[in-house]
Amino acid sequence: MADEMTVHEAHGAEAVHRHEPPKSFIRKYIFSLDHKVIGVQYLTLALVAVFVGMVLSILMRMSLTWPDMDWPIIGTIKPDQYLSFLTIHGTMMVFFVLTTAPQGGFGNYFLPIQIGAEDMAFPVLNMLSFWVTLVGFVFLVASFFVYEGAPIGGWTAYPPLSAIPSAGPGQGAGMNLWIISIAIFCVGSLLGALNFITTLINMRARGMSLMRMPLTCWAWFTTAVLALLAFPVLLAAGVLLYLDRNAGTSFFVPAGLFIKDIVQPHSGGSPILWQHLFWFFGHPEVYIAILPGMGATSHILSTFARKPVFGYRAMVFAIFAIGLLGFFVWGHHMFISGMSPYSAMAFSILTLSIGVPSAVKTFNWLGTLWGAKIRFTTPMLFALGFVSLFVAGGITGLVLGQTGLDLPMHDTYFVLGHFHLVMGVAAIFGMFAGIYFWFPKMFGRMMSERLGRIHFWITFIGVYSIFIPMHIMGIVGMPRRYSRFAENGQQIYGFLESLHPLVLFVTVAAVITFFIQFLFLFNLLWSLFKGKKAGNNPWEATTLEWDTTSPPPHDNFAGVHPVVYRGAYEFAVPGAPNDYIMQTEPDPAGGSSSSEVTSGNGHDGHKH
Amino acid sequence: MGRALGVVIWLLTLASVVLFFSGWWFPTAIVEHAPGIDRQFMITIIVVGIAFVAAQVGLGYAVWRFGAGRNRDERAVYTHGNNRLEMLWTVITAVIFIGLAVMGQRVWAQLHFNQAPAGSFPVEVVAQQFAWNMHYAGPDGKFGRTDPSLIRDEEQNYIGLDGRDPASRDDLTTTTLVVPVNRPVELILRSKDVTHSFWVPQLRFKQDLVPGMAIRVHFTPTSAGNFQLACAELCGMNHFSMKGTLLVLPEAEHGALMALPKAEFQGKLNELAAKYEVGVIYDANGTKLGKSY
Repeated sequence: MADEMTVHEAHGAEAVHRHEPPKSFIRKYIFSLDHKVIGVQYLTLALVAVFVGMVLSILMRMSLTWPDMDWPIIGTIKPDQYLSFLTIHGTMMVFFVLTTAPQGGFGNYFLPIQIGAEDMAFPVLNMLSFWVTLVGFVFLVASFFVYEGAPIGGWTAYPPLSAIPSAGPGQGAGMNLWIISIAIFCVGSLLGALNFITTLINMRARGMSLMRMPLTCWAWFTTAVLALLAFPVLLAAGVLLYLDRNAGTSFFVPAGLFIKDIVQPHSGGSPILWQHLFWFFGHPEVYIAILPGMGATSHILSTFARKPVFGYRAMVFAIFAIGLLGFFVWGHHMFISGMSPYSAMAFSILTLSIGVPSAVKTFNWLGTLWGAKIRFTTPMLFALGFVSLFVAGGITGLVLGQTGLDLPMHDTYFVLGHFHLVMGVAAIFGMFAGIYFWFPKMFGRMMSERLGRIHFWITFIGVYSIFIPMHIMGIVGMPRRYSRFAENGQQIYGFLESLHPLVLFVTVAAVITFFIQFLFLFNLLWSLFKGKKAGNNPWEATTLEWDTTSPPPHDNFAGVHPVVYRGAYEFAVPGAPNDYIMQTEPDPAGGSSSSEVTSGNGHDGHKH
Repeated sequence: MGRALGVVIWLLTLASVVLFFSGWWFPTAIVEHAPGIDRQFMITIIVVGIAFVAAQVGLGYAVWRFGAGRNRDERAVYTHGNNRLEMLWTVITAVIFIGLAVMGQRVWAQLHFNQAPAGSFPVEVVAQQFAWNMHYAGPDGKFGRTDPSLIRDEEQNYIGLDGRDPASRDDLTTTTLVVPVNRPVELILRSKDVTHSFWVPQLRFKQDLVPGMAIRVHFTPTSAGNFQLACAELCGMNHFSMKGTLLVLPEAEHGALMALPKAEFQGKLNELAAKYEVGVIYDANGTKLGKSY
């Protein structure tokens, strides 16, 4: 039926630069234009980054618990070293793990396939975005190896500490490299964001209307929009900071600073301006970190509950609401910064409002599980863990978001507990769920379920053990970013003395949780070569990636243009032969209205 | 598996809740605005606790009850959702969250929307890497002019006090913040170099000290004692050891101290600080009441 060749299809065919599968090793695996290879490259980068970040955090925990200990190889961890570990830990984790793996890794690999496209809209841009990101990573690691080492201002790099090179060790060359690293990362992210948005809007297969997309796609799309709007602000801020440091400008530095015995030659700048710029980026950034995990969780929960997502439309709106409101709350990081207390109030009320769509998502996850027939595979365990951890971490946002309560809690371990649970650990569980779920598709082999279960149990109990006690530490008054709490065997602050048992407990839990990750690594690498071979659809899932081979061919669908007939979560449909119906499964001839094939870009006549 | 997961989730929830009752808590507060903060915290943590427990119990129950079991022929309930339920839980959540948000502004407004009352005892706090400088106006009640170009460590002029300004003649500077009990105190917070943050847990507030700004906060201590001051904003290598002292004295003792000639001031201050045990709360007459933590 030639007339069914819509404008969309003709456009779609031209949009992807037709390229033959590459032949050389370098074109196949190094400078590849294939979104699948690029996705794996991002995941590999994130894997290296997360291990570096974890090692740094273990060093930090060891230093805090046994401050004067002379460790083999590294010696005693000095205060400035601790702070540099802290800075790179945060930077590495937030940027090179939480912003690469969920979006650049899984998003790159699976967005095109889930919408039925052959590749991203701009494959060259895609390849560039990875390599640019990798260069950023190299710059960050390099900061450890320059004179005075890595910077000590935390991943938030507040000036004037970050603006005046003589204000601390590592704030010279190390800080310059940090800024360059982040600026490069911003560029890489922006390139990626452009690709995601264009691809999703323009390249959906026939029948893949917006409301038939898996929730993973909605999450990746919204994340890309957030990235597009937020990263330029960080880039600009980074440029201004670099200029303040190296070109004598004073965007962030007021007059009269007395550092290293001289009055610094700046005037007219505001340290608070940096905070506004940084957090205007920084708050959407945390949603960039978590939204893909939420999408993956919704997707995986539904798949293994064998039940449709409860409230699909509400879930989409919640993703939008989180994304939108995420731009209005940055001031909650700055309640006591010296900002106007009236603004603080406004930010506070908006901040607690953003808890509403997050709560809605949680209710819908529970609703998805209610009346389900749950298959407790490893990906499902991690998805369930995501829900538990997201609630545990998110709920304390109700405390921190109130101005009056932030007064005692700001810059304490209560904040650390909050964001590690809700952003760090929940997102990591989302990534674990994703890797266990999609490994068979990516590599054609199953990972070991037994090893996966052990990994889950110990990690789940481990992260609760590490981060729940931090809330108590914060209540008692333990400040953040302290290199040590004792000097020469003496506690510096009497009110913290009682916390030592908790400090020790957290460190032991952290070490155990760290070591179990090697089991995961072993499982990953071993399964690549020795895992049981996987078929097209080992999980009996419904979305487009499971309708092609494992791994998919170069053009994803072996020359076939998929056609989509139904939404993404048709499980347990009464009367259907199986408890799942794939999106590409047409109804039998003369079937119900759900077999209406709409144009991929057209309006959805499909009511749910 | 589902049962095991349900049990583990419940146990972790139980352990988390028990931890909150294990005795670790805020140090006892010594300021007028503390009851408001502590009350709001309790209300919030109860709401948080209920939501946390309910969600985890619900999750644990769902995984306990709704496992697929061995019979793979049984199907789940086919439903795409329930709009009425969506509306209901969205509205309830919004009311609770926004209600909390509005309630939580009261204490903030009290502290930040009003100026310090007339007759407050003023102190200029000038933070630096890595120490606190407390600048007192002296009997004339006027702070002498300061200028960073006049800072001379070797003359112990850490804040750059301008000796030519007559108002600076009777000014005192020391590292201890010494204030009277039961009288409003106004702090004018400044910084010499990078951003620091003023924090005494028993005072229940925190405020950044931003270079280039002079930020005013006020509070009224209701108990006396010797309390530790910590920096709460990463300010460089020795951020962790930037310890200071807050000494709240009975009115009479404080008045006598501040009236002393400069040469005797520091000695008497040290003597008074030694008299009060660190972290212990005393009443307005100097009678020991108990530890704050």
